[in-house]
Amino acid sequence: MSASAASQQVIFRERTRQALDDVSLQRALAKARGGFVDHRRDAVDALPEFDAIRDAARDIKDHVLSNLDGYLELYEQKVIENGGQVHWARDAAEACRIVAGICKDAGARTVTKGKSMVSEEMHLNPVLEAAGMTVIETDLGEYIVQLAGETPSHIIAPAVHKTREQITDLFHQHHSPLGYTDRVTHREALVNEARSVLRERFVTADVGITGANFLVAETGANVIVTNEGNGDLTSCLPRVHIVTAGIEKVIPSLDDLSVLLRVLARSATGQEFSAYTSLYSGPRRDDDMEGPEAYHVVLLDNGRSRLLGGQYQPMLRCIRCGACLNHCPVYGAIGGHAYGWVYSGPMGSVLTPLLNGFDQALDLPNACTLNGRCKEVCPVRIPLSDLLLKHRLEQHDRRLTSVSGRFLLSAWAWLVRRPRLYQGIMALPLWFMHRLGRRRGVLSRLPLAGGWTDSRDFPAPARRSFLRQWHTRKARS
Amino acid sequence: MLFQSGTLLMNQEKVKTPIQVGLFVTCLADLMRPQVAFAAVTLLERAGCRVRVPRQQSCCGQPALNSGDRAATMDIAKNVIQAFDSDDYVVVPSGSCADTLINKYPTLFRHDVQWARRAENLANNTWELTRFLTDKLGFSLDDVSYPGVCTYHDSCSGLRELGIQKQPRTLLSGVKGLTLSEIQDSNVCCGFGGLFSIKYPDISGRIVSDKCGQITQTDADTVLGGDLGCLLNIAGRLCREGKNIKVFHIAEVLAGMADGPAIGEAERES
Repeated sequence: MSASAASQQVIFRERTRQALDDVSLQRALAKARGGFVDHRRDAVDALPEFDAIRDAARDIKDHVLSNLDGYLELYEQKVIENGGQVHWARDAAEACRIVAGICKDAGARTVTKGKSMVSEEMHLNPVLEAAGMTVIETDLGEYIVQLAGETPSHIIAPAVHKTREQITDLFHQHHSPLGYTDRVTHREALVNEARSVLRERFVTADVGITGANFLVAETGANVIVTNEGNGDLTSCLPRVHIVTAGIEKVIPSLDDLSVLLRVLARSATGQEFSAYTSLYSGPRRDDDMEGPEAYHVVLLDNGRSRLLGGQYQPMLRCIRCGACLNHCPVYGAIGGHAYGWVYSGPMGSVLTPLLNGFDQALDLPNACTLNGRCKEVCPVRIPLSDLLLKHRLEQHDRRLTSVSGRFLLSAWAWLVRRPRLYQGIMALPLWFMHRLGRRRGVLSRLPLAGGWTDSRDFPAPARRSFLRQWHTRKARS
Repeated sequence: MLFQSGTLLMNQEKVKTPIQVGLFVTCLADLMRPQVAFAAVTLLERAGCRVRVPRQQSCCGQPALNSGDRAATMDIAKNVIQAFDSDDYVVVPSGSCADTLINKYPTLFRHDVQWARRAENLANNTWELTRFLTDKLGFSLDDVSYPGVCTYHDSCSGLRELGIQKQPRTLLSGVKGLTLSEIQDSNVCCGFGGLFSIKYPDISGRIVSDKCGQITQTDADTVLGGDLGCLLNIAGRLCREGKNIKVFHIAEVLAGMADGPAIGEAERES
């Protein structure tokens, strides 16, 4: 194992330990977990054809990915016809340069942002701030996270790791200087306070940046779904609207959009439909009452095109609903920040090494019980747990796993292939552990696997293995 | 069979030929809880099977596969395939190990024509125990009782890869004196995950303590399941919490062998 791999492991374990010991985080996670799961189940139960729609959604995405270049060109052509501009970015740095350039050309001082995970992937905010701009996140969760100086811990619920008490403190601290001196604690009051602070920002912003849930090739529209309407105020009020999106977001037609929308909200929040579903097709036309003067779409590759045609291509079907996070026991235990990058949960564990390099985030594909619930709930049927297993095979093949681990595994595999020798050799530790645990039935310390017994006992084994007992009996009879 | 014997048995009394079954013990049952394998044999024999237990078996190779070692897994798989080549059916008292034989082996050998055929053959003949008893044999229990309120933990591989959910409950409904009290989220992982629980014991420990929290919220005095890994994990946590809840593999209860110490319980002084 390289030094960097060893240190990655130490850092990951430290982060998970901190997350598990963080009382507020654990309280917030426990509260969120049940809600998402129950709401999704109710929504799915109410739609008998849900599985058939999932198949259709998967097929649409597969079709697009097999013809991605064509659909992207068609999309670009339509955006240009509508009066907008499309910019192609190979990586995050290039995308940041493009966005910052557009903002500077527009003389922007204030930039509002709708929720965009791609802009998180680009690490856009610091770049704009370094260029002297004030950046304001307008999605409530993103806003909370921005005030806290953190990053989103969930792709659709960025502040899911925060308790209401923590949000109260944050708002009081940041809003008092703006004249909001009352310390509000109720949910509705908190939302109202954020709303009035943000209203002011929407009106004064020069540039608005949003993400895209889908890009429709046949019309050149970008589609965003929100529950707060912040995306619309970010898109329509400023002089310039910039869309940041991954290249895999393109879909052929509005018909396809209607299929995908039927699985998106149900999988994400359990809603039949989100409160706002908005399509933007370009800058304000001459007879439009409102809308931006300029419309730019920045399409980010950042490693996505490398996945086309390979065994990980299904990952590009992802529509970022968050269902796999909500149903993942590991995510439920440690939350999103412990994963250490922008995307977390099962989709993040698959995507992070693909976009950042296989030698990065070595722990993520391994920190999974392979229980398969993510695969079960995915609206576009990405075999997430199978892809995590592929990552493990890839790590082994690329010799990214530890030398000692590989040695132990080989030695064990060698022994397992010689059942009689295996049975003979295992008899001794078995007998020893049986003796140690005989009185209580369990061992409270386990040699070589001490971590196991930090939180649970280890049931003592039998005195003699089944195969030895069975074949002794057979020999006697 | 009919033509081999040279006679057509249509009008004669049905001759009951025992169904020939090879038992894949699984390494955990072999080493940790032999009674699970004895219970599986008992159940299969009661259901009219002739059970063979090949000596040349140990582990299905899942720890190697889940650690990413394809070559080692294939070597181990070849051993398993050879050991059970001659059996009409292979029965496994674990959804997780059965899934390895049924779904993982054929994928591993898909580029090796000769072994792919043998792996497919094994996959087609392999059954998880509760599924074999119900779906294949239509077996119903006769005079087995267990006085207790049980909750059933659905293990992930059995549930999601093999569709095992109704089968154990059908069998348990035939146990006299047993009431089933389902826990919320019985289909959620217990945090075992094989080597996961050793590599990431903190995370695993949190997941299993949540699971045990849900178990103790019911009136169940016994936890049952079809996978020993999960059961060792759950029993270990319940014991650490000092909870007086028994844990058994479903086969032990179905075979009437649940009158002794449960998993993680001390042997009684004789």
